[in-house]
Amino acid sequence: MSGLSPNILGLLPEYILTLTGILIMLATPLLPPASGRKLLGWIAIAGTAAAGIASYFQIQLGTIHAFFNTIQVDAFSAFFHILIAAVVVVTLLSSLDYFEGNDTHAGEYYALVLFGATGMMLMTCSVELLMVFIGLEISSISTYIMAGFRKGQATGTESSIKYFLLGSFATAFFLYGIALAFGATGSTSIYAIAQGLTTTATPTMAFLALAMIIIGLGFKVSAAPFHVWTPDVYQGAPAPVVGLMSTAPKAAAFAVLLRITFTGFPTYQHRWSILLWILAALSMTIGNLGALLQRDVKRMLAYSSIAHAGYLLVAFTAFPQDGIAAACFYTAAYAAMNVGAFAVITQVAGYDENLRTIDDYTGLALKRPGLAAILTFFLLSLIGIPFTGGFFGKFYVFTAAITSGHVWLAVIGLLNSGVACFYYLRLLSAVYTRPATDSDRLIPRRPVSIPAAIGLALAAFSTLFLGIVPDAALRLAEYASSTTRIEQARQQCASQPANCHVEPGADIH
Amino acid sequence: MNIDHSILTIITFVPLAGAILLAFLPDRDKIQQWAALAVTLVTFLLTLHLPFHYDYAAKGFQFEQNFGWISSPAIRYHMGVDGLSMWLVVLTGLLAPLGVLISWRAIDSRRRLFYSLFLLQQVAMLGIFVSLDLFLYYAFWELSLVPMALLIATFGRTENRRRAAIKFFLYAFIPSAILLVAIVWLYVKTGSFDLPVLAQLAATHGISSNSAALWLASIAFLVAFAVKVPIFPLHGWLCDAVSEAPTAAVMVLAGKLGLYSILRFSFAIFPAESHRIAPLMISLGAIGIVYGALIALVQNDLKRLAAFGTLGHVSVVVLGIFTFTIAGLDGGIFQILNEGLGGGALFMLLGLLYERYQTYDMRDYGGLAQKFPWMVTMFVLTTLSVVGLPMLNGFVGEFLVFSGSMQSTIAHHVGWTVLATTGVILTASYMLWMVQRVFYGELNRRTASVAAFDLDAREHAALWPLVALFLLMGIASPYWTRAIDTAGAQIADTVHQVITVNSEAAAQTPKGGQR
Repeated sequence: MSGLSPNILGLLPEYILTLTGILIMLATPLLPPASGRKLLGWIAIAGTAAAGIASYFQIQLGTIHAFFNTIQVDAFSAFFHILIAAVVVVTLLSSLDYFEGNDTHAGEYYALVLFGATGMMLMTCSVELLMVFIGLEISSISTYIMAGFRKGQATGTESSIKYFLLGSFATAFFLYGIALAFGATGSTSIYAIAQGLTTTATPTMAFLALAMIIIGLGFKVSAAPFHVWTPDVYQGAPAPVVGLMSTAPKAAAFAVLLRITFTGFPTYQHRWSILLWILAALSMTIGNLGALLQRDVKRMLAYSSIAHAGYLLVAFTAFPQDGIAAACFYTAAYAAMNVGAFAVITQVAGYDENLRTIDDYTGLALKRPGLAAILTFFLLSLIGIPFTGGFFGKFYVFTAAITSGHVWLAVIGLLNSGVACFYYLRLLSAVYTRPATDSDRLIPRRPVSIPAAIGLALAAFSTLFLGIVPDAALRLAEYASSTTRIEQARQQCASQPANCHVEPGADIH
Repeated sequence: MNIDHSILTIITFVPLAGAILLAFLPDRDKIQQWAALAVTLVTFLLTLHLPFHYDYAAKGFQFEQNFGWISSPAIRYHMGVDGLSMWLVVLTGLLAPLGVLISWRAIDSRRRLFYSLFLLQQVAMLGIFVSLDLFLYYAFWELSLVPMALLIATFGRTENRRRAAIKFFLYAFIPSAILLVAIVWLYVKTGSFDLPVLAQLAATHGISSNSAALWLASIAFLVAFAVKVPIFPLHGWLCDAVSEAPTAAVMVLAGKLGLYSILRFSFAIFPAESHRIAPLMISLGAIGIVYGALIALVQNDLKRLAAFGTLGHVSVVVLGIFTFTIAGLDGGIFQILNEGLGGGALFMLLGLLYERYQTYDMRDYGGLAQKFPWMVTMFVLTTLSVVGLPMLNGFVGEFLVFSGSMQSTIAHHVGWTVLATTGVILTASYMLWMVQRVFYGELNRRTASVAAFDLDAREHAALWPLVALFLLMGIASPYWTRAIDTAGAQIADTVHQVITVNSEAAAQTPKGGQR
């Protein structure tokens, strides 16, 4: 296998996804509309699973450089590849039956999901800002389309257009940042930027470049104050799409942000960590306070995702050795519980989304005890109750922050998590309350299909696994973070052998 | 293999297995009740293993189990009991089957949910009492909020239940979040979550030289626990939660978890800081006793009366333990057990009344003694235990607490003790007045019109163990105090050593004169 060219090996998961996507596009007109859609869905699932497995094997191969060093496949990128693949699989499983009766465009949907995943994966393994930009665009464009997938509904179109306009604006910021970085350091490669920073004549411009990049990525991860699009878009987009776009593209954007800040601008940490400190505090506070005011479940979860982006940003203010691993772990835990929560909403609300507000969920536990129990579990994990992934995610992030001396940020964060329970509990207590009238007539009686049950079980199992034996995932996250740091040191050595101080092969695997 | 090393794990997780089992059993006939009763009885029998195999002469933790759980950060799966926690584990075990018996008819729908949550609550409480790793402890501590909040939200009595549940949860969760910051801070400073290690470091002033930070951390610990107790003035959640929650949940709602945590964690990790804040806590305890009793005196609602009574009773414990005398600590720990038993019995009896007449309003009752000779006997015995009649358990605890607080060397407290002692009279007043209003006098028209029965066999089975224990613990208290005594003495020793070292370091007066 290692005889293959790194250009093939390095982007193998992306190739698999692209080819599967194209295959689906080609097969769509050939298959009968009614029965063929599910087959396409299964093909998409198989392709994604294959891509995830390919990423897993990439870990064993060590670091791969490809395409003139614009691509660096290492444990860090593989970690996010597997995460994205898993999220996509759960999303696809829960949307197999989602389009029942409305499946004219189901084929395009599956293809778009795969293309989006390709872009996200590309983002995580790029070490060249323009390549990151290409990945970002690929993933964004497919999510713009998916957001408006229910064309009959006005909110869907609104969601799509809003996302597109604001998203383009944010991407422009990102591009502007790349241009400024090039101006300040003479390169758009992350490693070259890190070296260029030490000699640059215009440090202000370099910092401005980073600030622009943070704005662009801040939009993608919906960090306050770049979050205003989130509630509207989440409200209008189909539930499985929200499950996907609130987790996978964010994971990719966080991976990029980790690479750019810790690897590209390490010497500026004292500056950008202040920026991210503010961003984290704002996101946590605005997200949670905003969620308190929401009656619509999807809007509430939108604000909750803003808050979670804030918790994750806390990890960025910590020292690299703890911060990167904590951020990786949190991303995984957040992805598992959030995609799970939206998978439940997909099941409960259905294509037409009869259930919108918290009150609509009253009595869910009586009619659908299984779904209610699993929703409870995800909500408890979002609150951060022990023995769930969400708890250890918060724990690692805040431990990293306290170790680095940011005790007050941890206090703000944990107070916020106290506020957060309020709105999660409001939904929970509605679920377990007996409805006064026949207001639970909206809750569908149809049973959960087997693929959807597998998807839910996968998300629930991951959340539980991360909450009971977090060691395995954390070790992987630490290994991932160590590879990037080792690679960073190695690159530094290559250019400046004078101050080289890295012990080769120092990994924890 | 010796069962002693895994008995605590078994005790803690048998109810969890039971909860999972219940989730798969059908919810019809009485299957859920019987299954829950079986699980809780097995758990209780397992907890009895502890007092019979406990080494009463030894100090320190017994039945320990200790291995690495998560390597980074260094979290250990460390469980163990000592004289402080052993009887609390048994008490928790005992109250559970009684809780099931008392809910037998009161919970008539969604029993599967009820008993599963009830058993989960049991897991969390047992876990709290046996965990010696701060992290493990914290996990159970947080976990204990969830089933309780859901029980209140789902099985609450009035339309107010959702509010009460959320109030309960937020009151407890927000200080717990700050507690987590303090726990992690301790870990960052010492590299350990293990309680014995931390206690050792604390005794030798090895945690941190930053006294301001230590002080803040100790406050974070204390506030999180004080809310759960609750200590005046942090009792805002108590009344709503008590009046909404079903009987079986109310029985374990207040008191022991928070008080135990103060004794176990605050005192061990922050001995000097706890001593420093003791005058304030003593005064809050005394105020709580009088305030709780006074408010209880003017209640018409039986459950609200009992809620404020609970506030008074847990305040007695607070007063006792913060004197840092052996008598005060022993009495405090003994009084935690009393509160569990007496409060439990009282809430059970109120629940039985409510089952019969669907009201907690005292004005709707009267003259029930003629109809319910057995119930009134139980009620009066419980009342006498709660007000501390000699020969019954309440007297032992209160006597030790008040004598301990008189002996205490913490300055400016005698006045508080005197104030607190008046609370005993007030407690007797509202309890006896309640008995009079409910059971004696004219038969109320409303109660007369409803046909009702005296206690049936199931209710006898639920009440007799408690009433028997009132008497047993009153006349044979040494059986219980010999384990408690080692724990109390150890806490008092540690604190006094630390204080003596501190004051010698300051080259000032010896212990006692210090302010």
